Amino acid sequence: MSRAELTATSLYHRSVVWLLLLILLLPLAGTLLYSLSSSWSATILPDGLTFKWYLALWSDARFLAAFGRSLLVCCGALVLAVVLILPLLFVTHYYFPKLDGLMNLLILLPFAVPPVVSSVGLLQLYGSGPLAMVGTPWILLGCYFTVALPFMYRAITNNLQAINLPDLMDAAHLLGASTWQAAWLVVLPNLRKGLMVSLFLSFSFLFGEFVFANLLVGTRYETLQVYLNNMRNSSGHFNSALVISYFFFVLLFTWAANRLNKDPS
Amino acid sequence: MIARLTTALRGRGLALLCLLPFAMVFIVFQVAPLAWVAVHSLINADTWSLANYSKIFASRFYLQAIQHSLQIAFWSSVIGMLVAVLGSYSLRQVDSKLRDFVMAFSNMTSNFAGVPLAFAFIILLGFNGTLTLLLKQSGLISDFNLYSKTGLIVLYSYFQIPLGVLLLYPAFDALRADWRESAALLGASPWQFWRHIGLPVLTPALLGTFVILLANALGAYATVYALTTGNFNVLPIRIAAMVAGDITLDPNMGSALAMILVGLMLVITAAQQWLLKRSYHVAR
Repeated sequence: MSRAELTATSLYHRSVVWLLLLILLLPLAGTLLYSLSSSWSATILPDGLTFKWYLALWSDARFLAAFGRSLLVCCGALVLAVVLILPLLFVTHYYFPKLDGLMNLLILLPFAVPPVVSSVGLLQLYGSGPLAMVGTPWILLGCYFTVALPFMYRAITNNLQAINLPDLMDAAHLLGASTWQAAWLVVLPNLRKGLMVSLFLSFSFLFGEFVFANLLVGTRYETLQVYLNNMRNSSGHFNSALVISYFFFVLLFTWAANRLNKDPS
Repeated sequence: MIARLTTALRGRGLALLCLLPFAMVFIVFQVAPLAWVAVHSLINADTWSLANYSKIFASRFYLQAIQHSLQIAFWSSVIGMLVAVLGSYSLRQVDSKLRDFVMAFSNMTSNFAGVPLAFAFIILLGFNGTLTLLLKQSGLISDFNLYSKTGLIVLYSYFQIPLGVLLLYPAFDALRADWRESAALLGASPWQFWRHIGLPVLTPALLGTFVILLANALGAYATVYALTTGNFNVLPIRIAAMVAGDITLDPNMGSALAMILVGLMLVITAAQQWLLKRSYHVAR
Protein backbone atom coordinates (compact mmCIF):
# COMPACT_ATOMS: atom_id res chain seq x y z
CA MET A 1 0.00 0.00 0.00
CA SER A 2 1.14 3.53 -0.66
CA ARG A 3 1.71 6.10 2.07
CA ALA A 4 -1.46 7.98 1.17
CA GLU A 5 -3.51 4.80 1.38
CA LEU A 6 -2.00 3.95 4.77
CA THR A 7 -2.90 7.37 6.20
CA ALA A 8 -6.39 7.03 4.76
CA THR A 9 -6.98 3.64 6.44
CA SER A 10 -5.53 4.80 9.74
CA LEU A 11 -7.75 7.90 9.58
CA TYR A 12 -10.76 5.66 8.89
CA HIS A 13 -10.03 3.41 11.89
CA ARG A 14 -9.44 6.38 14.18
CA SER A 15 -12.74 7.96 13.18
CA VAL A 16 -14.64 4.69 13.71
CA VAL A 17 -13.19 4.40 17.23
CA TRP A 18 -14.00 8.03 18.06
CA LEU A 19 -17.52 7.54 16.71
CA LEU A 20 -17.95 4.46 18.91
CA LEU A 21 -16.78 6.46 21.92
CA LEU A 22 -19.18 9.26 21.02
CA ILE A 23 -22.16 6.88 20.78
CA LEU A 24 -21.33 5.30 24.14
CA LEU A 25 -20.64 8.66 25.77
CA LEU A 26 -23.69 10.56 24.52
CA PRO A 27 -26.38 9.33 26.98
CA LEU A 28 -24.00 9.75 29.91
CA ALA A 29 -22.84 13.19 28.85
CA GLY A 30 -26.44 14.30 28.35
CA THR A 31 -27.43 13.05 31.79
CA LEU A 32 -24.39 14.68 33.40
CA LEU A 33 -25.20 18.04 31.83
CA TYR A 34 -28.85 17.71 32.82
CA SER A 35 -27.92 16.92 36.42
CA LEU A 36 -25.80 20.07 36.58
CA SER A 37 -28.31 22.44 34.99
CA SER A 38 -30.70 24.62 36.97
CA SER A 39 -33.51 24.31 34.44
CA TRP A 40 -33.60 22.90 30.96
CA SER A 41 -36.71 22.37 28.92
CA ALA A 42 -37.49 22.58 25.23
CA THR A 43 -34.12 24.22 24.47
CA ILE A 44 -30.93 22.65 23.24
CA LEU A 45 -28.69 24.02 26.01
CA PRO A 46 -29.51 24.51 29.72
CA ASP A 47 -30.27 27.91 31.27
CA GLY A 48 -27.65 27.76 34.00
CA LEU A 49 -25.42 25.39 35.95
CA THR A 50 -25.81 24.37 39.58
CA PHE A 51 -24.87 21.70 42.11
CA LYS A 52 -28.17 21.90 43.99
CA TRP A 53 -29.54 18.61 42.63
CA TYR A 54 -26.55 16.71 44.00
CA LEU A 55 -26.90 18.48 47.36
CA ALA A 56 -30.59 17.62 47.45
CA LEU A 57 -29.86 14.00 46.56
CA TRP A 58 -27.06 13.41 49.01
CA SER A 59 -29.07 14.94 51.87
CA ASP A 60 -32.16 12.84 51.12
CA ALA A 61 -32.52 10.28 53.90
CA ARG A 62 -34.52 7.87 51.71
CA PHE A 63 -31.76 7.87 49.08
CA LEU A 64 -29.02 7.28 51.65
CA ALA A 65 -31.01 4.42 53.18
CA ALA A 66 -31.58 2.81 49.76
CA PHE A 67 -27.91 3.24 48.91
CA GLY A 68 -26.90 1.56 52.18
CA ARG A 69 -29.31 -1.33 51.57
CA SER A 70 -27.93 -1.89 48.08
CA LEU A 71 -24.38 -1.96 49.44
CA LEU A 72 -25.41 -4.39 52.15
CA VAL A 73 -27.28 -6.78 49.83
CA CYS A 74 -24.52 -6.79 47.19
CA CYS A 75 -21.74 -7.34 49.71
CA GLY A 76 -23.77 -10.01 51.51
CA ALA A 77 -24.43 -11.85 48.26
CA LEU A 78 -20.75 -11.71 47.35
CA VAL A 79 -19.70 -13.06 50.74
CA LEU A 80 -22.18 -15.90 50.26
CA ALA A 81 -20.82 -16.48 46.75
CA VAL A 82 -17.22 -16.69 47.97
CA VAL A 83 -18.12 -19.01 50.84
CA LEU A 84 -20.00 -21.36 48.50
CA ILE A 85 -17.95 -21.15 45.31
CA LEU A 86 -14.39 -21.44 46.67
CA PRO A 87 -14.89 -24.88 48.31
CA LEU A 88 -16.87 -25.96 45.24
CA LEU A 89 -14.05 -25.01 42.89
CA PHE A 90 -11.38 -26.59 45.05
CA VAL A 91 -13.29 -29.84 45.44
CA THR A 92 -14.27 -30.15 41.76
CA HIS A 93 -10.78 -29.42 40.50
CA TYR A 94 -8.81 -31.40 43.06
CA TYR A 95 -11.02 -34.39 43.89
CA PHE A 96 -13.55 -34.74 41.08
CA PRO A 97 -12.25 -33.14 37.87
CA LYS A 98 -15.07 -34.84 35.95
CA LEU A 99 -17.61 -32.69 37.82
CA ASP A 100 -16.27 -29.63 36.01
CA GLY A 101 -18.16 -30.66 32.85
CA LEU A 102 -21.41 -30.92 34.80
CA MET A 103 -20.74 -27.58 36.48
CA ASN A 104 -20.18 -25.90 33.14
CA LEU A 105 -23.66 -27.06 32.15
CA LEU A 106 -25.23 -25.99 35.45
CA ILE A 107 -23.80 -22.47 35.34
CA LEU A 108 -25.52 -21.97 31.99
CA LEU A 109 -28.87 -22.02 33.81
CA PRO A 110 -28.65 -18.47 35.22
CA PHE A 111 -27.87 -17.32 31.64
CA ALA A 112 -30.63 -19.28 29.92
CA VAL A 113 -33.30 -18.50 32.51
CA PRO A 114 -33.91 -14.74 32.70
CA PRO A 115 -34.58 -13.29 36.19
CA VAL A 116 -38.17 -12.55 35.22
CA VAL A 117 -38.77 -16.31 34.69
CA SER A 118 -37.16 -17.33 37.98
CA SER A 119 -39.19 -14.66 39.76
CA VAL A 120 -42.46 -16.39 38.77
CA GLY A 121 -41.41 -19.54 40.62
CA LEU A 122 -39.68 -17.74 43.49
CA LEU A 123 -42.76 -15.64 44.28
CA GLN A 124 -44.98 -18.70 44.52
CA LEU A 125 -42.53 -20.99 46.31
CA TYR A 126 -41.29 -18.59 48.96
CA GLY A 127 -44.28 -16.28 49.34
CA SER A 128 -45.44 -18.34 52.30
CA GLY A 129 -44.58 -21.62 54.02
CA PRO A 130 -41.38 -22.67 55.76
CA LEU A 131 -39.13 -20.63 53.46
CA ALA A 132 -41.19 -17.42 53.35
CA MET A 133 -38.55 -15.01 52.11
CA VAL A 134 -40.42 -12.83 49.62
CA GLY A 135 -40.30 -9.23 50.75
CA THR A 136 -37.11 -9.67 52.76
CA PRO A 137 -33.52 -9.03 51.70
CA TRP A 138 -32.69 -12.72 52.31
CA ILE A 139 -34.22 -13.79 49.02
CA LEU A 140 -32.07 -11.22 47.20
CA LEU A 141 -28.90 -12.69 48.72
CA GLY A 142 -29.69 -16.09 47.19
CA CYS A 143 -30.81 -14.69 43.83
CA TYR A 144 -27.78 -12.43 43.50
CA PHE A 145 -25.61 -15.43 44.27
CA THR A 146 -27.04 -17.21 41.21
CA VAL A 147 -26.49 -14.07 39.10
CA ALA A 148 -22.83 -13.85 40.10
CA LEU A 149 -22.19 -17.61 39.96
CA PRO A 150 -21.45 -18.21 36.24
CA PHE A 151 -19.16 -15.24 36.06
CA MET A 152 -17.20 -15.97 39.25
CA TYR A 153 -16.98 -19.69 38.50
CA ARG A 154 -15.45 -19.06 35.05
CA ALA A 155 -13.08 -16.36 36.27
CA ILE A 156 -11.70 -18.38 39.19
CA THR A 157 -11.52 -21.58 37.10
CA ASN A 158 -9.22 -19.78 34.66
CA ASN A 159 -7.08 -18.70 37.57
CA LEU A 160 -7.02 -22.24 39.03
CA GLN A 161 -5.91 -23.73 35.73
CA ALA A 162 -3.10 -21.19 35.51
CA ILE A 163 -1.62 -22.17 38.90
CA ASN A 164 -1.60 -25.95 38.22
CA LEU A 165 -3.51 -27.10 41.28
CA PRO A 166 -2.48 -30.83 41.51
CA ASP A 167 1.25 -30.05 41.40
CA LEU A 168 0.89 -27.28 43.94
CA MET A 169 -1.06 -29.58 46.30
CA ASP A 170 1.47 -32.42 45.88
CA ALA A 171 4.33 -30.06 46.67
CA ALA A 172 2.56 -28.80 49.79
CA HIS A 173 1.80 -32.38 50.90
CA LEU A 174 5.43 -33.42 50.40
CA LEU A 175 6.49 -30.57 52.62
CA GLY A 176 4.19 -31.90 55.33
CA ALA A 177 1.12 -29.73 54.98
CA SER A 178 -2.34 -31.21 55.48
CA THR A 179 -4.91 -30.76 52.73
CA TRP A 180 -6.61 -28.02 54.75
CA GLN A 181 -3.36 -26.17 55.31
CA ALA A 182 -2.41 -26.50 51.66
CA ALA A 183 -5.79 -25.23 50.46
CA TRP A 184 -5.89 -22.37 52.95
CA LEU A 185 -2.25 -21.26 53.00
CA VAL A 186 -1.03 -22.16 49.50
CA VAL A 187 -3.90 -22.29 47.02
CA LEU A 188 -6.05 -19.46 48.36
CA PRO A 189 -3.30 -16.77 48.34
CA ASN A 190 -2.56 -17.73 44.74
CA LEU A 191 -6.18 -17.13 43.77
CA ARG A 192 -6.37 -13.76 45.47
CA LYS A 193 -6.02 -11.63 42.36
CA GLY A 194 -8.53 -13.50 40.20
CA LEU A 195 -10.95 -13.55 43.12
CA MET A 196 -10.67 -9.82 43.76
CA VAL A 197 -11.11 -8.91 40.08
CA SER A 198 -14.20 -11.09 39.78
CA LEU A 199 -15.61 -9.64 43.01
CA PHE A 200 -15.21 -6.04 41.84
CA LEU A 201 -16.82 -6.78 38.48
CA SER A 202 -19.65 -8.80 40.06
CA PHE A 203 -20.30 -5.95 42.46
CA SER A 204 -20.60 -3.46 39.63
CA PHE A 205 -23.31 -5.46 37.88
CA LEU A 206 -25.14 -6.59 41.03
CA PHE A 207 -25.34 -2.97 42.15
CA GLY A 208 -27.48 -2.32 39.07
CA GLU A 209 -29.81 -5.31 39.47
CA PHE A 210 -33.45 -4.31 39.25
CA VAL A 211 -35.69 -7.23 38.21
CA PHE A 212 -35.34 -9.41 41.33
CA ALA A 213 -35.26 -6.39 43.63
CA ASN A 214 -38.44 -4.91 42.19
CA LEU A 215 -40.50 -8.09 41.71
CA LEU A 216 -39.54 -10.00 44.85
CA VAL A 217 -39.02 -7.26 47.42
CA GLY A 218 -40.05 -3.86 46.05
CA THR A 219 -40.53 -1.08 48.58
CA ARG A 220 -40.45 -3.45 51.56
CA TYR A 221 -36.65 -3.26 51.41
CA GLU A 222 -36.03 -0.51 48.91
CA THR A 223 -32.67 -0.84 47.14
CA LEU A 224 -31.08 1.83 44.98
CA GLN A 225 -32.53 0.72 41.64
CA VAL A 226 -36.04 0.36 43.06
CA TYR A 227 -35.72 3.81 44.63
CA LEU A 228 -34.58 5.19 41.28
CA ASN A 229 -37.61 3.69 39.57
CA ASN A 230 -39.98 4.96 42.27
CA MET A 231 -38.60 8.49 41.86
CA ARG A 232 -39.62 8.54 38.20
CA ASN A 233 -42.17 11.30 38.81
CA SER A 234 -39.82 13.64 40.64
CA SER A 235 -37.64 16.23 38.92
CA GLY A 236 -35.65 14.98 35.95
CA HIS A 237 -32.65 16.93 37.22
CA PHE A 238 -32.80 15.14 40.54
CA ASN A 239 -33.04 11.77 38.74
CA SER A 240 -30.06 12.67 36.57
CA ALA A 241 -27.99 13.45 39.64
CA LEU A 242 -29.06 10.03 40.93
CA VAL A 243 -28.08 8.27 37.69
CA ILE A 244 -24.69 10.00 37.58
CA SER A 245 -23.98 9.23 41.27
CA TYR A 246 -24.86 5.59 40.64
CA PHE A 247 -22.70 5.37 37.54
CA PHE A 248 -19.80 7.00 39.35
CA PHE A 249 -19.82 4.14 41.85
CA VAL A 250 -19.93 1.51 39.11
CA LEU A 251 -17.06 3.33 37.41
CA LEU A 252 -15.02 3.24 40.60
CA PHE A 253 -15.41 -0.52 40.97
CA THR A 254 -14.76 -1.33 37.31
CA TRP A 255 -11.71 0.89 37.38
CA ALA A 256 -10.41 -0.87 40.50
CA ALA A 257 -10.86 -4.25 38.78
CA ASN A 258 -9.08 -2.98 35.68
CA ARG A 259 -6.15 -1.67 37.69
CA LEU A 260 -5.86 -4.92 39.63
CA ASN A 261 -5.97 -6.93 36.42
CA LYS A 262 -3.07 -4.98 34.88
CA ASP A 263 -0.96 -5.01 38.04
CA PRO A 264 1.84 -7.51 37.34
CA SER A 265 2.51 -8.46 40.98
CA MET B 1 -1.99 -49.24 53.21
CA ILE B 2 -5.57 -49.72 54.41
CA ALA B 3 -5.16 -46.78 56.78
CA ARG B 4 -4.03 -44.60 53.90
CA LEU B 5 -6.95 -45.77 51.78
CA THR B 6 -9.48 -44.94 54.49
CA THR B 7 -7.93 -41.47 54.94
CA ALA B 8 -8.18 -40.92 51.21
CA LEU B 9 -11.79 -42.10 51.21
CA ARG B 10 -12.59 -39.93 54.19
CA GLY B 11 -11.00 -37.03 52.32
CA ARG B 12 -13.29 -37.60 49.35
CA GLY B 13 -16.30 -37.96 51.64
CA LEU B 14 -15.47 -34.67 53.34
CA ALA B 15 -14.94 -33.12 49.95
CA LEU B 16 -18.41 -34.20 48.85
CA LEU B 17 -19.78 -32.73 52.06
CA CYS B 18 -18.22 -29.38 51.07
CA LEU B 19 -20.42 -29.39 47.95
CA LEU B 20 -23.61 -29.72 49.97
CA PRO B 21 -24.15 -26.02 50.91
CA PHE B 22 -23.61 -24.94 47.32
CA ALA B 23 -26.00 -27.59 46.02
CA MET B 24 -28.69 -26.57 48.51
CA VAL B 25 -28.56 -22.85 47.72
CA PHE B 26 -28.41 -23.54 43.98
CA ILE B 27 -31.44 -25.83 44.15
CA VAL B 28 -33.46 -23.41 46.29
CA PHE B 29 -32.81 -20.32 44.17
CA GLN B 30 -32.28 -21.68 40.66
CA VAL B 31 -33.52 -25.23 40.09
CA ALA B 32 -36.68 -25.24 42.22
CA PRO B 33 -38.16 -22.01 40.77
CA LEU B 34 -37.56 -23.25 37.23
CA ALA B 35 -39.09 -26.63 38.05
CA TRP B 36 -42.10 -24.90 39.62
CA VAL B 37 -42.58 -22.84 36.47
CA ALA B 38 -42.22 -25.87 34.18
CA VAL B 39 -44.74 -27.94 36.17
CA HIS B 40 -47.31 -25.19 36.74
CA SER B 41 -47.30 -24.09 33.11
CA LEU B 42 -49.06 -27.43 32.52
CA ILE B 43 -51.71 -26.93 35.19
CA ASN B 44 -54.98 -25.19 34.46
CA ALA B 45 -57.97 -25.19 36.83
CA ASP B 46 -56.17 -27.73 39.10
CA THR B 47 -55.77 -30.39 36.40
CA TRP B 48 -53.01 -31.26 33.97
CA SER B 49 -53.68 -29.63 30.62
CA LEU B 50 -52.17 -27.65 27.79
CA ALA B 51 -54.90 -25.02 28.15
CA ASN B 52 -52.45 -22.27 29.18
CA TYR B 53 -50.42 -22.77 26.02
CA SER B 54 -53.42 -23.05 23.70
CA LYS B 55 -54.83 -19.84 25.23
CA ILE B 56 -51.55 -18.04 24.51
CA PHE B 57 -51.39 -19.19 20.89
CA ALA B 58 -55.04 -18.23 20.33
CA SER B 59 -54.65 -14.75 21.80
CA ARG B 60 -53.63 -11.87 19.55
CA PHE B 61 -52.47 -9.94 22.59
CA TYR B 62 -49.95 -12.60 23.70
CA LEU B 63 -48.83 -13.29 20.15
CA GLN B 64 -48.19 -9.58 19.73
CA ALA B 65 -46.00 -9.62 22.87
CA ILE B 66 -43.97 -12.52 21.45
CA GLN B 67 -43.70 -10.82 18.07
CA HIS B 68 -42.58 -7.50 19.60
CA SER B 69 -40.00 -9.30 21.74
CA LEU B 70 -38.58 -11.15 18.75
CA GLN B 71 -38.51 -8.07 16.51
CA ILE B 72 -36.83 -5.86 19.10
CA ALA B 73 -34.33 -8.59 20.02
CA PHE B 74 -33.49 -9.31 16.38
CA TRP B 75 -33.03 -5.73 15.16
CA SER B 76 -31.19 -4.51 18.25
CA SER B 77 -28.84 -7.51 17.95
CA VAL B 78 -28.23 -6.82 14.26
CA ILE B 79 -27.46 -3.14 14.91
CA GLY B 80 -25.42 -3.93 18.00
CA MET B 81 -23.43 -6.55 16.07
CA LEU B 82 -22.72 -4.21 13.14
CA VAL B 83 -21.45 -1.43 15.38
CA ALA B 84 -19.48 -3.89 17.53
CA VAL B 85 -17.85 -5.62 14.54
CA LEU B 86 -16.79 -2.35 12.87
CA GLY B 87 -15.79 -0.87 16.22
CA SER B 88 -13.73 -3.76 17.54
CA TYR B 89 -11.97 -4.28 14.18
CA SER B 90 -10.98 -0.62 14.10
CA LEU B 91 -10.02 -0.74 17.78
CA ARG B 92 -7.31 -3.24 16.86
CA GLN B 93 -5.82 -0.87 14.28
CA VAL B 94 -5.42 2.27 16.41
CA ASP B 95 -2.64 3.14 18.87
CA SER B 96 -2.77 1.38 22.23
CA LYS B 97 -3.50 4.49 24.31
CA LEU B 98 -6.75 5.29 22.53
CA ARG B 99 -7.62 1.58 22.34
CA ASP B 100 -7.17 0.92 26.05
CA PHE B 101 -9.18 3.99 26.95
CA VAL B 102 -12.12 3.15 24.67
CA MET B 103 -12.06 -0.53 25.72
CA ALA B 104 -12.14 0.41 29.42
CA PHE B 105 -14.94 2.88 28.80
CA SER B 106 -16.92 0.35 26.77
CA ASN B 107 -16.59 -2.22 29.56
CA MET B 108 -17.90 0.30 32.07
CA THR B 109 -20.91 1.20 29.93
CA SER B 110 -21.82 -2.49 29.71
CA ASN B 111 -23.12 -1.99 33.27
CA PHE B 112 -25.11 1.04 32.19
CA ALA B 113 -28.45 -0.66 31.54
CA GLY B 114 -31.89 -0.96 33.05
CA VAL B 115 -33.51 1.90 34.94
CA PRO B 116 -30.62 4.43 34.78
CA LEU B 117 -30.26 3.86 31.03
CA ALA B 118 -33.98 4.41 30.45
CA PHE B 119 -33.76 7.73 32.34
CA ALA B 120 -30.70 8.84 30.38
CA PHE B 121 -32.51 8.08 27.12
CA ILE B 122 -35.61 10.00 28.18
CA ILE B 123 -33.39 13.05 28.72
CA LEU B 124 -31.59 12.56 25.43
CA LEU B 125 -34.29 11.21 23.12
CA GLY B 126 -37.61 11.73 24.92
CA PHE B 127 -40.25 14.10 23.50
CA ASN B 128 -38.28 17.13 24.72
CA GLY B 129 -34.91 15.39 24.66
CA THR B 130 -31.82 17.35 23.66
CA LEU B 131 -30.99 15.14 20.72
CA THR B 132 -34.62 14.97 19.56
CA LEU B 133 -34.80 18.78 19.51
CA LEU B 134 -31.43 19.06 17.80
CA LEU B 135 -32.37 16.57 15.08
CA LYS B 136 -35.79 18.17 14.61
CA GLN B 137 -34.36 21.67 14.26
CA SER B 138 -31.77 20.48 11.77
CA GLY B 139 -34.61 18.91 9.81
CA LEU B 140 -33.14 15.39 9.87
CA ILE B 141 -36.23 13.87 11.49
CA SER B 142 -39.78 15.13 11.74
CA ASP B 143 -40.65 13.17 14.87
CA PHE B 144 -39.19 10.54 17.15
CA ASN B 145 -41.07 8.47 19.68
CA LEU B 146 -38.77 6.78 22.19
CA TYR B 147 -41.74 4.92 23.68
CA SER B 148 -42.41 3.01 20.44
CA LYS B 149 -40.91 -0.14 18.94
CA THR B 150 -38.35 1.89 16.97
CA GLY B 151 -37.43 3.79 20.12
CA LEU B 152 -36.94 0.56 22.03
CA ILE B 153 -34.77 -0.87 19.25
CA VAL B 154 -32.51 2.21 19.50
CA LEU B 155 -32.38 1.91 23.29
CA TYR B 156 -31.68 -1.85 23.23
CA SER B 157 -29.00 -1.41 20.56
CA TYR B 158 -27.19 0.93 22.94
CA PHE B 159 -26.79 -1.73 25.62
CA GLN B 160 -25.94 -4.41 23.04
CA ILE B 161 -22.91 -2.49 21.73
CA PRO B 162 -20.59 -2.75 24.78
CA LEU B 163 -21.47 -6.43 25.23
CA GLY B 164 -20.75 -7.07 21.54
CA VAL B 165 -17.39 -5.28 21.74
CA LEU B 166 -16.49 -7.19 24.90
CA LEU B 167 -17.19 -10.54 23.19
CA LEU B 168 -15.92 -9.78 19.68
CA TYR B 169 -12.70 -7.91 20.41
CA PRO B 170 -10.80 -11.09 21.44
CA ALA B 171 -12.28 -12.96 18.44
CA PHE B 172 -10.22 -10.92 16.00
CA ASP B 173 -7.17 -12.68 17.48
CA ALA B 174 -8.05 -15.57 15.18
CA LEU B 175 -7.38 -13.39 12.15
CA ARG B 176 -3.62 -13.19 11.67
CA ALA B 177 -2.24 -10.04 10.04
CA ASP B 178 0.04 -11.95 7.68
CA TRP B 179 -2.94 -13.78 6.11
CA ARG B 180 -4.13 -10.48 4.75
CA GLU B 181 -0.72 -9.73 3.32
CA SER B 182 -0.42 -13.22 1.84
CA ALA B 183 -3.86 -12.93 0.25
CA ALA B 184 -2.97 -9.53 -1.19
CA LEU B 185 0.34 -10.89 -2.54
CA LEU B 186 -1.53 -13.73 -4.26
CA GLY B 187 -3.76 -11.16 -5.91
CA ALA B 188 -6.89 -11.21 -3.73
CA SER B 189 -8.89 -8.01 -3.47
CA PRO B 190 -9.91 -6.85 0.06
CA TRP B 191 -13.46 -7.99 -0.73
CA GLN B 192 -12.23 -11.45 -1.74
CA PHE B 193 -10.13 -11.64 1.42
CA TRP B 194 -13.13 -10.97 3.64
CA ARG B 195 -15.47 -13.20 1.62
CA HIS B 196 -13.20 -16.28 1.52
CA ILE B 197 -10.92 -15.95 4.57
CA GLY B 198 -11.95 -13.25 7.05
CA LEU B 199 -15.66 -14.00 7.45
CA PRO B 200 -15.42 -17.82 7.47
CA VAL B 201 -12.73 -17.68 10.17
CA LEU B 202 -14.80 -15.29 12.28
CA THR B 203 -18.13 -17.10 11.75
CA PRO B 204 -18.17 -19.11 15.03
CA ALA B 205 -17.41 -16.02 17.11
CA LEU B 206 -19.95 -13.92 15.22
CA LEU B 207 -22.68 -16.55 15.63
CA GLY B 208 -21.91 -17.04 19.32
CA THR B 209 -21.98 -13.31 19.99
CA PHE B 210 -25.20 -12.87 18.04
CA VAL B 211 -26.91 -15.57 20.12
CA ILE B 212 -25.79 -13.98 23.38
CA LEU B 213 -27.05 -10.58 22.20
CA LEU B 214 -30.41 -12.10 21.19
CA ALA B 215 -30.80 -13.81 24.57
CA ASN B 216 -29.76 -10.62 26.33
CA ALA B 217 -32.45 -8.60 24.54
CA LEU B 218 -35.18 -11.27 24.80
CA GLY B 219 -34.86 -11.50 28.59
CA ALA B 220 -34.44 -7.75 29.21
CA TYR B 221 -37.12 -6.42 31.53
CA ALA B 222 -35.78 -3.48 33.55
CA THR B 223 -35.15 -1.08 30.66
CA VAL B 224 -38.53 -1.44 28.97
CA TYR B 225 -40.35 -1.46 32.34
CA ALA B 226 -38.66 1.74 33.49
CA LEU B 227 -39.24 3.44 30.14
CA THR B 228 -42.91 2.62 29.64
CA THR B 229 -44.02 1.70 33.21
CA GLY B 230 -44.92 -1.72 31.87
CA ASN B 231 -47.21 -0.42 29.13
CA PHE B 232 -45.30 -1.72 26.14
CA ASN B 233 -46.35 -5.23 25.17
CA VAL B 234 -43.28 -7.52 25.27
CA LEU B 235 -42.96 -11.03 26.69
CA PRO B 236 -41.04 -10.24 29.94
CA ILE B 237 -43.56 -7.48 30.78
CA ARG B 238 -46.47 -9.91 30.25
CA ILE B 239 -44.81 -12.54 32.46
CA ALA B 240 -44.21 -10.10 35.31
CA ALA B 241 -47.77 -8.73 35.02
CA MET B 242 -49.11 -12.25 35.66
CA VAL B 243 -47.39 -12.51 39.04
CA ALA B 244 -46.91 -8.94 40.22
CA GLY B 245 -49.41 -6.85 38.30
CA ASP B 246 -52.38 -5.03 39.76
CA ILE B 247 -55.14 -6.38 37.53
CA THR B 248 -55.41 -10.17 37.42
CA LEU B 249 -52.85 -12.55 38.85
CA ASP B 250 -52.46 -15.90 37.14
CA PRO B 251 -49.15 -17.56 38.07
CA ASN B 252 -49.89 -20.63 35.91
CA MET B 253 -50.42 -18.48 32.84
CA GLY B 254 -47.27 -16.56 33.77
CA SER B 255 -45.44 -19.88 33.95
CA ALA B 256 -46.58 -20.86 30.47
CA LEU B 257 -45.42 -17.50 29.08
CA ALA B 258 -42.12 -17.93 30.95
CA MET B 259 -41.64 -21.41 29.45
CA ILE B 260 -42.19 -19.91 25.98
CA LEU B 261 -39.43 -17.39 26.71
CA VAL B 262 -37.08 -20.16 27.89
CA GLY B 263 -38.10 -22.21 24.83
CA LEU B 264 -37.18 -19.34 22.51
CA MET B 265 -33.77 -19.14 24.17
CA LEU B 266 -33.26 -22.88 23.69
CA VAL B 267 -34.31 -22.75 20.01
CA ILE B 268 -31.87 -19.90 19.34
CA THR B 269 -29.02 -21.72 21.07
CA ALA B 270 -29.81 -24.96 19.19
CA ALA B 271 -29.90 -23.09 15.88
CA GLN B 272 -26.52 -21.57 16.64
CA GLN B 273 -25.04 -25.00 17.44
CA TRP B 274 -26.46 -26.42 14.22
CA LEU B 275 -25.14 -23.55 12.07
CA LEU B 276 -21.78 -23.88 13.79
CA LYS B 277 -21.53 -27.55 12.84
CA ARG B 278 -22.27 -26.70 9.21
CA SER B 279 -19.81 -23.85 9.07
CA TYR B 280 -16.69 -24.64 7.14
CA HIS B 281 -14.01 -23.67 9.58
CA VAL B 282 -14.86 -25.61 12.70
CA ALA B 283 -12.22 -28.28 13.22
CA ARG B 284 -13.46 -31.60 11.89
